[in-house]
Amino acid sequence: MKSTELPPYARAMGMEFAGIENGSPVIAMDYSSRAMGRPGFFHGGVIGGVLEMAAFAALAAELERQGLDLRIKPINISTEYLRAGVPERLFARGEVVRAGRRVANVRIEAWQSDRDRPVASCWMNFQLSPKKT
Amino acid sequence: MHNPDAPQDPIDRFISGAGFNPRDWTAHMNANGHSGFLGMRYCDHGDTWIELAFDWREDLVGDPETGVLASGPIISLLDNATSMSVWTRTGKFTPQVTLDLRIDYTRAATPGKPLIARAECYQLRRSMAFVRGIAHDGDITDPVAHAAGIFMQIDGQEWVK
Repeated sequence: MKSTELPPYARAMGMEFAGIENGSPVIAMDYSSRAMGRPGFFHGGVIGGVLEMAAFAALAAELERQGLDLRIKPINISTEYLRAGVPERLFARGEVVRAGRRVANVRIEAWQSDRDRPVASCWMNFQLSPKKT
Repeated sequence: MHNPDAPQDPIDRFISGAGFNPRDWTAHMNANGHSGFLGMRYCDHGDTWIELAFDWREDLVGDPETGVLASGPIISLLDNATSMSVWTRTGKFTPQVTLDLRIDYTRAATPGKPLIARAECYQLRRSMAFVRGIAHDGDITDPVAHAAGIFMQIDGQEWVK
């Protein structure tokens, strides 16, 4: 995945790029009926999907900056749900804590109208390996 | 206030708590919204566990080069299955929200195969339910993902909008 491309799942859910902050792309998504979990709120899995996309984008951008073309595979994700996701635009942005040769660690936050009141906080680990040629 | 003569919305019926039937719940509550988009379906359940699944689809792919599913739908399936395992264990619906959910991706899901999640509520406290789950694509001994999470019981008024 390039830092400027979204996969089919992300496009189907209506995710899009909404600018870059300190080198990390911001992923945004409007609320829709296909994002609904319990009636009137975002599904936790959808919030997870947006967090994960922001993590991928942040890591891809960081690797591009370093001039590295590596395969990125998710190892695990842990999400704390801090507030209910209300039917408004949702944003997420990741920050690469460390990108080594084999593993990268990324922290991600999701928010809505108020940046200081995050909806979810998350960490994600990735395995990095040379691309098969 | 609750009016016993009024025709009941399925949500009201579940909240008023006339037992919890996982198959019935899946048919009504997973038909719309994100679960409906993924095409989540009921497979099986026991005293403390439940199994849900959805089919592989092109628009759920995370890596177009390989056709491997995105992990968002895997999180959603495990979130739903672990959540329902709590009500399966207690035998009634109680409003709850995900406090945290951790998922380990043990291998990529095979493109084209349905994804199945088996989830269990292994411990219950007054306000917290502890859950775990496994997602696989046909062989539970060769899982795609493992989940561990906690659900927090909340006031019914906060649950629906």
